[in-house]
Amino acid sequence: MSTVTADAAPPSAGLSTKLRRSWDKHWTAWAMVVPVVAVLAVLIFYPLANGIWLTFTDQTEANQLAEICTKSITGGEVCKENPNAWSFVGLDNYINVLTGRIGEFWQWTGTTLIWTFFGVAFHYGLGLGLAVMIHREMRLRGLYRVLLVLPWAVPAFISAFAWKFLFNEQLGLVNSVLNSIGIDSVAWFANKSTALFVAIITNIWLGVPFMMVALLGGMQSIPEELYESAEIDGATPWQRFRNITLPGLRPVSMTVILLGTIWTFNMFPIIFLVTEGQPAGATEILVTGAFRAAFEGIRNYSLASTYGVLILSILLIFSVFYRRVLRKQGEVW
Amino acid sequence: MAQMTTTPPIAAPKNDAPARVNKPRRGRRSMGASIALHGTLILASLIAIGPILWVVLSSFKPGYAVQSTEITLIKDPTFANYEYVLFETNFPEWFLNSVIVASLTMLVGIFFSATTGYALSRFNFPGRRSLMMVFLVTQMFPISILIVPIYTIMSNLGLINTLPSLVIAYLTIAVPFCAWMLKGYFDSIPTSLDEAAALDGCSPFRIFWRVILPLARPAIAVTGFYAFLTAWGEVAYASAFIQTDDKYTLAYGLQQFVPQFNPQWEYLTAAAVLVTIPAGIVFLFAQKHLVSGLTAGGTKG
Repeated sequence: MSTVTADAAPPSAGLSTKLRRSWDKHWTAWAMVVPVVAVLAVLIFYPLANGIWLTFTDQTEANQLAEICTKSITGGEVCKENPNAWSFVGLDNYINVLTGRIGEFWQWTGTTLIWTFFGVAFHYGLGLGLAVMIHREMRLRGLYRVLLVLPWAVPAFISAFAWKFLFNEQLGLVNSVLNSIGIDSVAWFANKSTALFVAIITNIWLGVPFMMVALLGGMQSIPEELYESAEIDGATPWQRFRNITLPGLRPVSMTVILLGTIWTFNMFPIIFLVTEGQPAGATEILVTGAFRAAFEGIRNYSLASTYGVLILSILLIFSVFYRRVLRKQGEVW
Repeated sequence: MAQMTTTPPIAAPKNDAPARVNKPRRGRRSMGASIALHGTLILASLIAIGPILWVVLSSFKPGYAVQSTEITLIKDPTFANYEYVLFETNFPEWFLNSVIVASLTMLVGIFFSATTGYALSRFNFPGRRSLMMVFLVTQMFPISILIVPIYTIMSNLGLINTLPSLVIAYLTIAVPFCAWMLKGYFDSIPTSLDEAAALDGCSPFRIFWRVILPLARPAIAVTGFYAFLTAWGEVAYASAFIQTDDKYTLAYGLQQFVPQFNPQWEYLTAAAVLVTIPAGIVFLFAQKHLVSGLTAGGTKG
């Protein structure tokens, strides 16, 4: 994979020589990644460090300034100390959030887990099923592929509106169809389970194309000969699927499931726009709940950061755990 | 560029999908299986395009028909909704802003993620593994939480209420994923090509530009598509950084049709169609390459 391998500098060489050698050898690679690293450092890692620091304070929009300055009549500025300035509060933010004194951390986490589990399971299952079907040679294959991938091309907020419109209690197509077969209209957003159901359906609709395309790509990299020899040995289609397709897709699957989980966990627009947390905040997931708790009314920067750190920690723990399980099963990744 | 791709020993994955299809080996599929297969796919396609189609149909209905409860596919077709959106609002301006932001994000994003992906794929430099990890970790940041610190940085740079602030913010979302994907694709292009070019005296930058990039066109199409869509549909940063009506992007401008109570569905549907069309055009260009482009990216992660 890599053409340049680092051979260790002789032990007698000084530090500066080592650096020099390292620079000579790697400067092209570093030059290629430096713009991206710089932008990420400024826009992701500085905010992250800043955010972690904020979690130990009680900063909000209102008490952010250490000094309040007012223009005096003579034109100069008079500054005096802000009596309500922010201060360090130690772990209070975390305690408040985790004990449920502010927000509904545990309820939101539960909803997020349901939301993520069903989202990813159906994304993967449906994506795999469709990929298997569309991988065969048949008429209209190209057309099916374009149609099935189309939801990917629709911006998420537009899909959110479209589905909210379809499930609208008075004007929606779904209720009209239900009425016409003699079922009463359902007030989809009045009930936690139905509201969450609509949101999950929207998210599934949105995310299947990516999975399908990624898995379709993975299938194309499985050598055809495997199928041929399996067929000669008399393997049934199901056996071929179980013993060739699935193992062949393992590397792709592992990657897209991890990415899908992270993306769904942090999926903001669907819940925010489709259910808006209705009824009464019951369908809030962590990211939307945190957003509303921290940014409605006076913007509470420290609270927002606390939630951010907690969400990030959950995902980090998950991915470390996930990779460990994979490694145990002999996956080199 | 073009002649490079026709040089004989090209071992990069083929971009025409039909080449590697599972051919039905035991003669033809039975009639029943065929019907089941097509039936399922037709049903799936209908579910995939149904909501889009319904919005398109609704956009041609007058307001009272959209707001009524009876199901009609077509009722008093009219362009009134489109006329309102196009001429009574700042739509053209928002549209232009969105085109600028999304195109810049796409072009700059492709450039950065291609160079980074290439470096990750070909050079074993110190910091390589940690950079890969960083890219994965950046996917985990909830945007809603990053907004405030980034807002502070942007205002320190004097970029608030400008389009570049959005481009920069969207690049931080798009580039890590795109670089990851491209790295996987570059991995699937044999290094013997690089070595041959290096023997001919090409510098690493030249190899990247003249040999590898042309071979990676499918993956680049997908990457570009992803970057474009990221920028095209994003709302959160746009609502935080942009303050005046003339700088709105489409995604954010459209929110004005969704007041808290009584959303104007008829205008919303027309606007939704108008927003989706450019994304659809980019999609049509990219879709041929979608599968082969994601292949390697997906397999190697």
